[in-house]
Amino acid sequence: MRNYKNVIAAYSIMIFLIILVGIFQSWSIALTILNYCLISAVMTIGANIQWGYAGLINFGIMGYTALGGLAVVLVSVEPVKKAWQVGGLNILACIWIIVAIIFIVKFILNRFDKSKLRNYSVASLILGGIILLRVTAAPGIEAIESVDPARTGFLGGMGLPVLFSWIFGALLAGSLAFVIGKIALGLRADYLAIATLLIAEIIVSIIKHEEWLARGVKNVIGLKRPAPYEINLQTSDWFINLVTKFNSSKLNLINSISDKQEALNQMVIDASSVYVKLCFTGLFLTVVIILLIVTQKALYSPWGRKMRAIRDNEEAASAMGKNIVKEHLLIFILGSAIVGLAGAMMVTNDGLFTPGSYRPMRYTFVIWVMVIVGGTGNNFGAILGGFVVWFLWVEAAPIALFLINLFTSHLPETNAVRVHLIESAPYFRFLVIGIGLLLIMRYRPQGIIPEKIIKQ
Amino acid sequence: MDFLNAIIVLFNFTVIPALAYGSQLALGAIFVTLIYAVLRFANFATGDMMSFGTMFAVILTYYFQSLGFGLGVLPTALLTIPFAVLMMILYMLIIDKFVFSYYRIKKSPPVQFAMVSVGVMFVTQALIRIIIGPSDRRFLDGEKFIIKATEFKEMTGLAEGITLKSTQAITIIVTLIVVSIMFWFLNRTKTGTSMRAYSDNEDLALLSGIDPKRVVLITWVIAGILATIGGVLYGLDKSYRPFVYFNNMLPIFAAAIVGGIGNPFGAFLGGYVIAFAEIFVTYAYKRFISYLLPEHLEPDSLLQLLSTDYKFAVSFSILVIVLLIRPSGIFKGKVI
Repeated sequence: MRNYKNVIAAYSIMIFLIILVGIFQSWSIALTILNYCLISAVMTIGANIQWGYAGLINFGIMGYTALGGLAVVLVSVEPVKKAWQVGGLNILACIWIIVAIIFIVKFILNRFDKSKLRNYSVASLILGGIILLRVTAAPGIEAIESVDPARTGFLGGMGLPVLFSWIFGALLAGSLAFVIGKIALGLRADYLAIATLLIAEIIVSIIKHEEWLARGVKNVIGLKRPAPYEINLQTSDWFINLVTKFNSSKLNLINSISDKQEALNQMVIDASSVYVKLCFTGLFLTVVIILLIVTQKALYSPWGRKMRAIRDNEEAASAMGKNIVKEHLLIFILGSAIVGLAGAMMVTNDGLFTPGSYRPMRYTFVIWVMVIVGGTGNNFGAILGGFVVWFLWVEAAPIALFLINLFTSHLPETNAVRVHLIESAPYFRFLVIGIGLLLIMRYRPQGIIPEKIIKQ
Repeated sequence: MDFLNAIIVLFNFTVIPALAYGSQLALGAIFVTLIYAVLRFANFATGDMMSFGTMFAVILTYYFQSLGFGLGVLPTALLTIPFAVLMMILYMLIIDKFVFSYYRIKKSPPVQFAMVSVGVMFVTQALIRIIIGPSDRRFLDGEKFIIKATEFKEMTGLAEGITLKSTQAITIIVTLIVVSIMFWFLNRTKTGTSMRAYSDNEDLALLSGIDPKRVVLITWVIAGILATIGGVLYGLDKSYRPFVYFNNMLPIFAAAIVGGIGNPFGAFLGGYVIAFAEIFVTYAYKRFISYLLPEHLEPDSLLQLLSTDYKFAVSFSILVIVLLIRPSGIFKGKVI
């Protein structure tokens, strides 16, 4: 138990901070922060599996997050029948062409020996394939995008319940990670970082600009939810009764009936948003706990020891007969799948898919800061990192504003420096995160909760 | 005549912009590659450092304009470059002293350096946004065009014209001057040689009496010059927006790796390779082809390989292909 003291202390402080936000700002904001903390925690578990367990540096987290988000659209949105009628055939044909090209290229690569002729024929095949794809797809895409472009203009999804998209998002991200891993995992650490960063950028730019797929930068709004809607809650009797029961002491203080009704209405509105967020919190917490149990078990299993051995000394591990390439690929896929799951969770939480908002700063580097700050190789640490860094990321601006006001209180309201500083308060979050990362890297490189090796 | 028109169309819409953009990338790529060769890490703060240097130039330009200084037809920003470079070098040396030197002495692995540079990236980005704000700023003054399309048409009597913006000409000329001085310095002077020796084999260099502190100092000085000039030229040509500079880091990395990381000349050419590829692949060849073909064969479509939305994706794909086929880059850089 003594070993877990600092873990428990750290998490208690974190929960206390969130409760403070609830008391000083509002419970709705506190729950929003908590939900995002939980989503970040899932992402950090994914990144930690890759970096902490296996030492793989993956700066492509943004790409997998975006893919997870795409999965929500592809699974939960109702299919647009008209778009399928006018252009579905072309898109299906394109998918077959892509599959055919892949198989032919694979066949050529397997069948013939390495030669200049083989390289040129593969290159010309791919180039020809791209031209063929464009010719086949162009009329279909045009037709699809012109179907009611203000509201749809895309193929839509499968119309399944949104929770399926979490699994599908993980599968999608995992299969893409398989392809990327095959290509890039042979590279040295910093090259891998750059390559994954750029590949993620390619993925996001495809999602952004292929409007037939998920409306691109026009965004998909009003996605399904696994939780009830506020408006339905506000009109259902059981919920109003529940709110009345909880606040009976407060309501009893009000004498006039009309005032009482008004106060109750306001409470119901507030409570409905809190209730919805609590539903999400429950779902996310379940995911985090399941992942935590599984990853903890994996970490202390023979497999986990093997991964650590590979991380710490590749040559020795390969001399012991471990297949490093295969293990690296496996862990790359697993980590990316978890990040994809987190991406799907995030889009479900927001209820909208905005491809334009995927930026490497927010979805790659901040997640990495979380892993490093929390503690690499330790799942509890990684999750704590997700909580701490997300909390700072959100609360840095209000805290900075408070401090600026405090230190410049002697200056007049219209002082140029003061006005400028107050205007730039939102950017202090970068400063806080950056300095935090630098300090942790310097003075506690193993993170807040360091990795613990249990000798067995 | 049609043939000439076709060439001019191609020249005007692809070659000139690609040369200018390539020069800006090349300066950044040499910056990346120098840091990689001498200090041995991939600097993820590249884009933001360029932005930081440019920020000083922008502020000083506004200041000089308010004082009434100027270079007449040339942009005032050129006058501010030396001061901006000085500030930039100062900032880099402070960062090096308080952040990077600790890990250098500890001989940390490159990955740790990369993570530290991510921290520097955050801090730099915050400072830029706090000092100058995230909005779009134009600081170009003086003459905008050297040749206008209409003037060119009148002069030559052709149907197509060439537009040469003064910023494009300045970019290309300044880049050539800076890069030639740098190569002369690296290859011909004693300090340059010692830098290359340090980059090739640190232990041997130390053994032969090369002062590592001096090498690091000189590297940051050159890096500061390259970063600031590259950033200012880009800002003059397009406009200054902190966010864009962060994104530019990605093609710059691509250029450095395509050219062979650690090899300054490779990075220089890599910049142009990336720029030309981006522009040639996303250019619509309809007008070009329609001059060359007889009238009844004129194409209906735009004849564009990829839409301009995929500009960045092109350079990244090139990078991935190069990494796959020839990981050491076109010109052999440091072996992976």
